[in-house]
Amino acid sequence: MHKIAEKKQLADTITLMKVEAPMVVREAKPGQFVVVRLDEFAERIPLTICDADKARGTVTLIIQQLGRSTKDLCALKAGDQIRDILGPLGNPTEIEKFGTVVIIGGGVGAAELYTAAKALKEKGNKVITIIGARNKSLIILEDEFKPIADEVLITTDDGSYGIKGFVTDALKKVISEQKVDRVICCGPIPMMKAVTMTAKPHNIPAIVSLNAILLDATGMCGSCRCTIEGKTKFSCVDGPEFDGYKVDFDELMARNKRFLDEERRALEV
Amino acid sequence: MAINKTPRQEIPARNPEERNKDFKEVSLGFTEEQAVLEAQRCIACKKKPCCNGCPVEIDIPEFIKLVAKKDYKGAIQKIKEKNNLPAICGRVCPQETQCEALCTLIAKGQPVAIGALERFVADREAEHPGSKEPPVIKEKKDIKVAVVGAGPAGLTAAADLARYGYKVTLFESLSASGGVLRYGIPEFRLPKAILDRETEYIKSLGVEIKYNILIGRTFSIADLFKDGYKAIFLGTGAGLPYFLGIPGENLNGVYSANEFLTRVNLMHAYEFPKYKTPVKIGERVAVVGAGNTAMDCVRVAKRLGAKDAIIVYRRSEAEAPARRAELEHAKEERIEFRFLTAPIKIEGNEKGEVKSMTCLKMELGEPDASGRRRPVPIKGSEYEMPVDTVIIAVGQGPNPLIAHTTKELAVDEKSGELKIDENCMTSIKGIFAGGDITTGEGTVIAAMGAGKKAAAAIDKFLKKK
Repeated sequence: MHKIAEKKQLADTITLMKVEAPMVVREAKPGQFVVVRLDEFAERIPLTICDADKARGTVTLIIQQLGRSTKDLCALKAGDQIRDILGPLGNPTEIEKFGTVVIIGGGVGAAELYTAAKALKEKGNKVITIIGARNKSLIILEDEFKPIADEVLITTDDGSYGIKGFVTDALKKVISEQKVDRVICCGPIPMMKAVTMTAKPHNIPAIVSLNAILLDATGMCGSCRCTIEGKTKFSCVDGPEFDGYKVDFDELMARNKRFLDEERRALEV
Repeated sequence: MAINKTPRQEIPARNPEERNKDFKEVSLGFTEEQAVLEAQRCIACKKKPCCNGCPVEIDIPEFIKLVAKKDYKGAIQKIKEKNNLPAICGRVCPQETQCEALCTLIAKGQPVAIGALERFVADREAEHPGSKEPPVIKEKKDIKVAVVGAGPAGLTAAADLARYGYKVTLFESLSASGGVLRYGIPEFRLPKAILDRETEYIKSLGVEIKYNILIGRTFSIADLFKDGYKAIFLGTGAGLPYFLGIPGENLNGVYSANEFLTRVNLMHAYEFPKYKTPVKIGERVAVVGAGNTAMDCVRVAKRLGAKDAIIVYRRSEAEAPARRAELEHAKEERIEFRFLTAPIKIEGNEKGEVKSMTCLKMELGEPDASGRRRPVPIKGSEYEMPVDTVIIAVGQGPNPLIAHTTKELAVDEKSGELKIDENCMTSIKGIFAGGDITTGEGTVIAAMGAGKKAAAAIDKFLKKK
C-alpha cells in the first residue's frame, strides 16, 4: 500500500499527487513511468514519474481525468492509500549535452518532461520549454519550469493565455530565431506528430514519448505495440521514447481508440 | 501378477453447453470412490517407469498405494516431498506425454490416471484442513537468497530453498503470484483459489513474496547483491509474445494470446465493468495456433460471447501441441477447427478494425527439424475468412528485460535464452536460472523441475562458500 502524502489540484481535471513509493524512487530516472493500480478492481494505469524525492521516498504523479480509473484515482485524498505501484519502468530519457533543446509539453504531457528538463539543464544544455493547452486553465507547471528553463513559452488554442495557437507555432518561431539541436515532445499523438513534422525540414532530431495502451508494462503482453520504422516495438520496454521520424503516428492514434466504447461504459457505473 | 480389469476411471466434467458460458472449472475431478478404484489399478510394478516421466521425481507408485489404502494424508505428504504445487500439477500437467506415457498398463490398455489422482489428494487435503502436517524445514540459516519471478520455476525454487533453511525473498512484477499460471491459464482450467492456496503453502514454508517489483528496473541485479542476497535464481519465464509478421497484425482487434489472456485472467476482464479492465470480443474470433494457450484463448472467446470461435492451425490435428484433453474439451464446447490453414494477412476497415483474414490451405510435406511434417501451401487456395477478432497464439520467447538491463549475463543470441552451465549457473557467479528463460516455452512441470534442480545447485554453491 502506498500513502498519498500530498494532493494538489492543478486544473479542473488535472491533479498532482505525491505518493509514498520508496522502492520506485531508488532508481527512478527522467522519462520513466510507473504503473498504478488503485485497488483490486482497478485497471493498471501508466503514469509518468514527474519528480522523485529520494529523501522522503515519494514520487510526484500528475493525473488527468480521462476515464473511469483516472477519475477514481483523482477522487482520492491526501492520506488515502493506493494499492500497487510498479516501477520505475521504461528507458530513461537520454541526457547528454546536445546544445539547445526545446522541450514541448502538451497538456498533462508537460509533467513527463519536467525531470528531463532539469537534468538536461544540469548537463549544460540551453533549455527552451513550450507548454501548450486548449486554454489557460489547463496550463500546468509553468512556475516549476521557469527556474530551470532558459525560456518558457506558453501557447493556448483559444488565446486565453500566452501565444494564441499551437505549440508548433511557438516551435517554428524558436527555430527561425536560433539553432535548435534537439526537440523532445510529450502530449497528444496528433500534437507529437505535428511537432515531428515541424522539426523534420530542419533536420532537428525529434524525440517523442508514446502513450500507448499498456497492460503489464513489462514486455509480456504486447498491448502497447507500435510500429517504429516498419518494425513492431513494445512502447513499455523499447520506449516510451522514440525517434519521432520513425513512428507510425496514425496507427498509434487508431490503436489508442480501441477501447473507447468500453471506457464509456465503465464511466456509467 | 494379474492385471486389474477395472477400466480407467473417467474424469467427470461439466456439461459442455453449460460450461462454455461461464468461467467455473470444467473438470470436476475424481470422487473418493473413483480415486480409490483408480489407485487400485496400479500394479506397483518394480521398475516404476512413471517416475522417469516426472520432472520433479514424485514417487508415484508409493503415493498411489497410499490412496488405494485411503491414507490420503500419507499420499499428499509423499507427493509434497517432491512437489510443492500438487493441485496445480494435477490440473495442468501434460500427463499423457509424461508420467502416464510410461505407465506399464499402456501395453495392456489404458494408463493409470496419475494426474487426476494427484489432484484428488491435493484437493482432499484442502477440504480437510485438519489433516495438514506442518512442513519439514531443515535448520534455519542466516543466509538470504533472492528468487525472481513467482511462476512455476520461481515458486518451486523458493519452496525448496526455504526447505533447505535459507531466508528466501521472492520478487514478482505482477500484483499476484503464479506467473503464467495466473495470467495465462483461465479460471475454468485452474481456479485462482487453487493458485492462492498453493501460494499460501509456499509462504508457510517461510518464503516472503514481494509483489510489484520488477527486477532489472525497480532493483538491478547488483542492488540485490548489495542488499545482502548471496545467490539469485532467475525464473522470469517466456513472456515475449511472438507475432506472425504478416500485414495487418497491429490492427484493432488483433491480440497476442498474452494480452487477451492477461486482460481476462489477471485483470478479470470477464467481470467487466465490476473489474475495470476491458476486453473487446467480436462475433467471429479466429485464434491462430493449436497449443494449450490457443485452446485457452478460443475457449475464453467462446465464453465471452463469440458466436464463432475458430482455431486456425497450419498443420493437422495430429501435430497440434495442445494436450488431448484440452482439444477434446474445446470440441465439446463447439469450437470450430480449421486445420491445414495458414493466415497470410489481416485486413481492416476504415477505422483500423479487423474485418477479415486471408488464409492459404496447406498440405503436409516432408518432416522438418521438429520431426513434424512440414506444412506446404496449396497453390491457388487463398481465401478470405470474415472475422472481427484475431488472437495470435503461436508461442513466446524469453522475457528480455533482465538480460537487457544486466549486460554481463550471457544470452544465446538466436533464441534470447539465458545461458547456464550444468549447475544451472549463469555467466555471473551466484546467479542461477531455470525454466522458460533458459529453455524457451515449456511445460509447467518442466519449469518446476528446473526450479528444483537450481535450488539444489544453489544449496551446494552456498555450502561451498
